[in-house]
Amino acid sequence: MSTITSGRQQEMIGQDHPVIAPGHNFISVTEKIASIVLSRRTPFGWVIGATITFVMVMMLLYTITYLVLTGIGIWGNNIPVAWAFDIINFVWWIGIGHAGTLISAILLLFRQDWRTSINRAAEAMTLFAVACAGLFPLFHVGRPWLAYWLFPYPNTMGMWPQFRSPLMWDVFAVSTYGTVSLLFWFTGLIPDLATMRDQARHPLVKKIYGVLAMGWRGSARHWHRYETAYLILAGLSTPLVLSVHTVVSFDFAVSILPGWHTTIFPPYFVAGAIYSGFAMVLTLLIPIRKFYGLEDMITLRHMNQMGKVMLATGLIVAYGYLMEAFIGWYAGGYEWFMIRNRMFGPYAWSYWLLILCNIITPQLLWSRRVRENMLVLFIVSIIINVGMWLERFVIIVTSLYRDFLPSSWGMYAPRLWDFTMFFGTIGFFLFMMFLFIRLLPMIPIFEVRMLLPQSRVQSKAEAAAHD
Amino acid sequence: MPQLFRPSANSIARISIFGAVFIIASAIFLVIAFQRSSYITKAYVEVEQPVQFSHKHHVGDDGIDCRYCHMSVEVSASAGMPSTQTCMNCHSQIWADSPYLEPVRESWRTGRPLEWNRVHDLPDFVYFNHSIHVNKGIGCSTCHGRVDLMPVVWQVASLQMEWCLQCHRAPEKFVRPRDQIFNMEWQPGPDQEEKGRELVKAYDIKSPAVLTSCSTCHR
Repeated sequence: MSTITSGRQQEMIGQDHPVIAPGHNFISVTEKIASIVLSRRTPFGWVIGATITFVMVMMLLYTITYLVLTGIGIWGNNIPVAWAFDIINFVWWIGIGHAGTLISAILLLFRQDWRTSINRAAEAMTLFAVACAGLFPLFHVGRPWLAYWLFPYPNTMGMWPQFRSPLMWDVFAVSTYGTVSLLFWFTGLIPDLATMRDQARHPLVKKIYGVLAMGWRGSARHWHRYETAYLILAGLSTPLVLSVHTVVSFDFAVSILPGWHTTIFPPYFVAGAIYSGFAMVLTLLIPIRKFYGLEDMITLRHMNQMGKVMLATGLIVAYGYLMEAFIGWYAGGYEWFMIRNRMFGPYAWSYWLLILCNIITPQLLWSRRVRENMLVLFIVSIIINVGMWLERFVIIVTSLYRDFLPSSWGMYAPRLWDFTMFFGTIGFFLFMMFLFIRLLPMIPIFEVRMLLPQSRVQSKAEAAAHD
Repeated sequence: MPQLFRPSANSIARISIFGAVFIIASAIFLVIAFQRSSYITKAYVEVEQPVQFSHKHHVGDDGIDCRYCHMSVEVSASAGMPSTQTCMNCHSQIWADSPYLEPVRESWRTGRPLEWNRVHDLPDFVYFNHSIHVNKGIGCSTCHGRVDLMPVVWQVASLQMEWCLQCHRAPEKFVRPRDQIFNMEWQPGPDQEEKGRELVKAYDIKSPAVLTSCSTCHR
């Protein structure tokens, strides 16, 4: 085993966990990651998980079928609260997707080496979360079969969409986000698909990965162009990720409702998105890492850093809550009523639970011991997922159910179909993750190879010193 | 170990990239063309009627004015379909025993109206009004074509919204003098736009902003 360690690496070990456990070489890394996919034996836990989530996908399809045949009245939405679980879940899912892009694009721009082992899974998570999110705008409309009217195309009606509505911008934001994320993810996969092609034994499997790898040969010219394209895509995805959730926040901030018409929404929604996204990455990666024994590549350093990002964005979110309350008081009138109603009205439980989940619990993340304790971190990440769902519930429902006219006040209660739709998308999301883990390398092999000390360019003097 | 893909894969890959672009472009073109085809619009499709009523004969040969039968066209939203009474005004005497006209006589005997098949069928969320068009100088033939030459009535216009809007956005291209409304042979002259603008002013036809607002038709 190689004992070559660069100066930088030694320094890192001194103060922190490494991004890859020492002792790995190119072959061991490739075999470790590729064998999860190419192994003929499907782990029993995978079969169980995929089956359960597949049943949930069926529940989702049943709900959607029933929804389209019967109408959206099967949900608990009513006239004051015309947006509820449908939009809560939409914002929640799209928010979850944002961590994937943050990890893969923004951290790439910052040249953070700890993004490497987690970016593929996080990007896959983005794609599947966007797919789940996309279902809600599509099916929360009363007549989903006319949803294509939201796209600007020359039609026999002489009609075009209204470009002043943020719901229209949502269509562009989410479809662009989905497309760019897919391209970014696929671009990142191509060199790995070539590795899979070369590692696979079965000729059909080789062919499938071979077609997907599109003739990647790994030449210097390939790599040069690849790096340029990847960096440009990262540069494009970064403003995209910030604008997508901004556009989603405009769905509310553009309206005149107290509790919605808030100029802090764009940055605070983006921070919340990254917050919930990182929580979801941790929720997924902690069990995956344990189950597949990937502690060598997804090290405590990754967990530690993700915990820090979560804490940072969580504090921005906490600032958002504080500002909402402060401005509510400072503005007075309906705004002040809205805040008091959130705190002490019939849905006060959701507000205080939100504060508990999103502000108080993550304060644990200040401690490094917590950030490096997988069980506690896992629990915290789940609490944050719940908390971020509650945040959207609080913003949407508690602003709508009591607004300007007291004669238009009404309570909201979800019904069975709200829950089957929500849990159905969770099932779909997890089922897609299961498929992804089984079919594609969940850790970018070539990028992990570049983390290895052997891949570092050494000066002649350095090389001589080690030899 | 043999190569994974044969050299022919090169051609397949190139063709599939080029083909994808070509196929997608043609698919878009086909959808757009299909949406405007008479399969969708039913334009130029001859509709069979319970009685083989010929406008060509009644208008073209006999010279009956449109309003003899469609009598509410100047005053009402609906142009009105003539009742059996209108048919029997003449056909109690003329061709009184023709087998073609048996459904008309049967309707007259039993009092059950004739079930004509609608050719120009707008969806019920469009509130089309005949009288306003007739009174603002839009002649029959602009929308219905040369009905005086039609043995069986067919639709000449698509009746799609873009078709309605092209006139509501630029009425001067289609408006004609009021005394020419029921003249099926009227043709727009070379100076139509110029004259049309004068008529738009004279008839006080509202601006496109008013004419193309949603509530003009979808009330």
